[in-house]
Amino acid sequence: MHATAAVREALVTNGKTVHDVTVDICSRVEEKPSKLWLASIAFALGLLTVGAYALYLLLWNGIGMWGLNKTVGWAWDITNFVWWVGIGHAGTLISAILLLFRQKWRMSINRAAEAMTIFAVICAAMFPIFHMGRPWLGFYWALPLPNTFGSLWVNFSSPLLWDVFAISTYFSVSLVFWYLGLIPDFAVIRDRATNKVSKAVYGALSFGWDGAARTWSRYESVALILAGLATPLVLSVHTIVSMDFATSVIPGWHTTIFPPYFVAGAIFSGFAMVLTLLIVTRKVYKLEDYITINHIELMNIIIIITGSIVGIAYITEFFIAWYSGVPAEQYAFINRATGPYWWAYASMMTCNVISPQLFWFKKIRTNIASTFVLSIVVNIGMWFERFVIIVTSLHRDYLPSSWAMFYPTFVDVGVYLFSFGFFLFAFLLFAKFFPVINMAEVKSIIKSSSEKVSD
Amino acid sequence: MASGKNFVLGIYDDEDVLLEAIKKIRGAGVKIQEVYSPFPVHGIDDVLGYKRSRLPIAAFLFGLTGTCLALTMQIGMMTVDWPMIVGGKDFLPLPAFIPVTFEMTVLLSAFGMVGTFLVASNLKPWGKPNLLDIRITDDKHVVAVDLDANHVSEADIKKVLKESGAQEVNNKTRG
Repeated sequence: MHATAAVREALVTNGKTVHDVTVDICSRVEEKPSKLWLASIAFALGLLTVGAYALYLLLWNGIGMWGLNKTVGWAWDITNFVWWVGIGHAGTLISAILLLFRQKWRMSINRAAEAMTIFAVICAAMFPIFHMGRPWLGFYWALPLPNTFGSLWVNFSSPLLWDVFAISTYFSVSLVFWYLGLIPDFAVIRDRATNKVSKAVYGALSFGWDGAARTWSRYESVALILAGLATPLVLSVHTIVSMDFATSVIPGWHTTIFPPYFVAGAIFSGFAMVLTLLIVTRKVYKLEDYITINHIELMNIIIIITGSIVGIAYITEFFIAWYSGVPAEQYAFINRATGPYWWAYASMMTCNVISPQLFWFKKIRTNIASTFVLSIVVNIGMWFERFVIIVTSLHRDYLPSSWAMFYPTFVDVGVYLFSFGFFLFAFLLFAKFFPVINMAEVKSIIKSSSEKVSD
Repeated sequence: MASGKNFVLGIYDDEDVLLEAIKKIRGAGVKIQEVYSPFPVHGIDDVLGYKRSRLPIAAFLFGLTGTCLALTMQIGMMTVDWPMIVGGKDFLPLPAFIPVTFEMTVLLSAFGMVGTFLVASNLKPWGKPNLLDIRITDDKHVVAVDLDANHVSEADIKKVLKESGAQEVNNKTRG
């Protein structure tokens, strides 16, 4: 039984009943795809086609097709990798950490956020895999498999290998967590299905779920433990990603502040992406009663907190560079802010530190249009943050004769578009064929947290 | 699962009424086969007298297996089979093994526990649910009483169910 304080705002508005939840969510799956959906899918396929051409050029000709040079050996690809992984973090934060904290407002947004996590992690994984140049040999380079080079194993002292384990574990555990929640909801669609195909498909997807109390009781303890496992997991993933940089000896990368700073940045950008996606989904699917202004405001508050943590991290880094007394370190930071990439640094500062502070105004954080715009601004800023960290730290080597600039090529941009195309395509398929809101969880709070219309 | 064929079903649409009803039904000496719900009802395991799930133990044991496997793999490869100094670390760089060990612990624990859950609850892609009422996955809670497992007469069971607040009381034969 739930006890909810009277001052809490309703999580589900307009007096929805348990049956209404079923109808509102299932009918989106059952109805014919709308014109808007078809147009969006076509757009996503267009992006995928352009991207596929760039990928073909990359795989056929090699990594030289990217704008990398011998000084800047990592640029767009790793920027995109870190950006996408970071975006993924919000899904797990919502479903696992908010579950441990018993935050019931997670219930109507966790399904879509977890889907976003899974697709974002796939997008992220693309970049290191393509960066291998010959990804078909990647199994031997990245996994501890016996190979033809004698018994030479992968290097467990390298953060790049830790990343392989972290990302693959994160992906598979998130997938399992997401699917576990989907099983009871697939059963709802199965029992409403009228045609043979969807009966068979959703029947198989729902694993023969019958809603027995014994199964629910086990399901709840599995969900709780998975949340307990996923919480340190999600924090470890971006920590390990940050170690790709922090364990090196490059000025600008060699900082102990990286792990917490990267994790905060990840949650920051992830929540922004959740907002971008959900504001559109809620409008198109008319889910205003489930994803309310209250939900949007709460997410915006998390954005202010994590955005401010990121801002403090930027300033701390600068201070420590000065305080360390190491000329190379000090130069790296001065060059970041005033060198040839000053515009990237300025964009990062504006988008990540200054603009989210607008959410201190209640009017702005409860307004859909301003939230939507700012959520996109945050993700642009977070992309620039990774670009600044990676490229500005590399482009001015210890040896001034090897100083260089990085210029992206069509293939750099094309592979990035490919990841976008994939993300959009996968999310659209999810939104059409899967229940976008966790029906079982929302039904369980209808009695305690639903707005009573006339009682 | 259910061995019986003839059931009396009490159908409820409010979880709090359901919880009270279960107490009354069990108090009247009627054995409940199982309760089916569209969503998890808190406190239902207590009123039904179900023991706490032992799945956390399974999760711990799978996790422990993951830890041991990861350490064995890393020490076997980096220390025993091909010792090599990387980045000035010694042949047994335990701190550097922490991330992979942690990830494999989580991986095996999560997969092992979910696998155990699916097997224990008889959930599988080819599984056919034998739903006693189609509205279970929508908005109704169903208390199923197996007539063959009860000594109380059918009429008395129905009376208890009705009095406990059931909206409908139906007979159901499971094929």
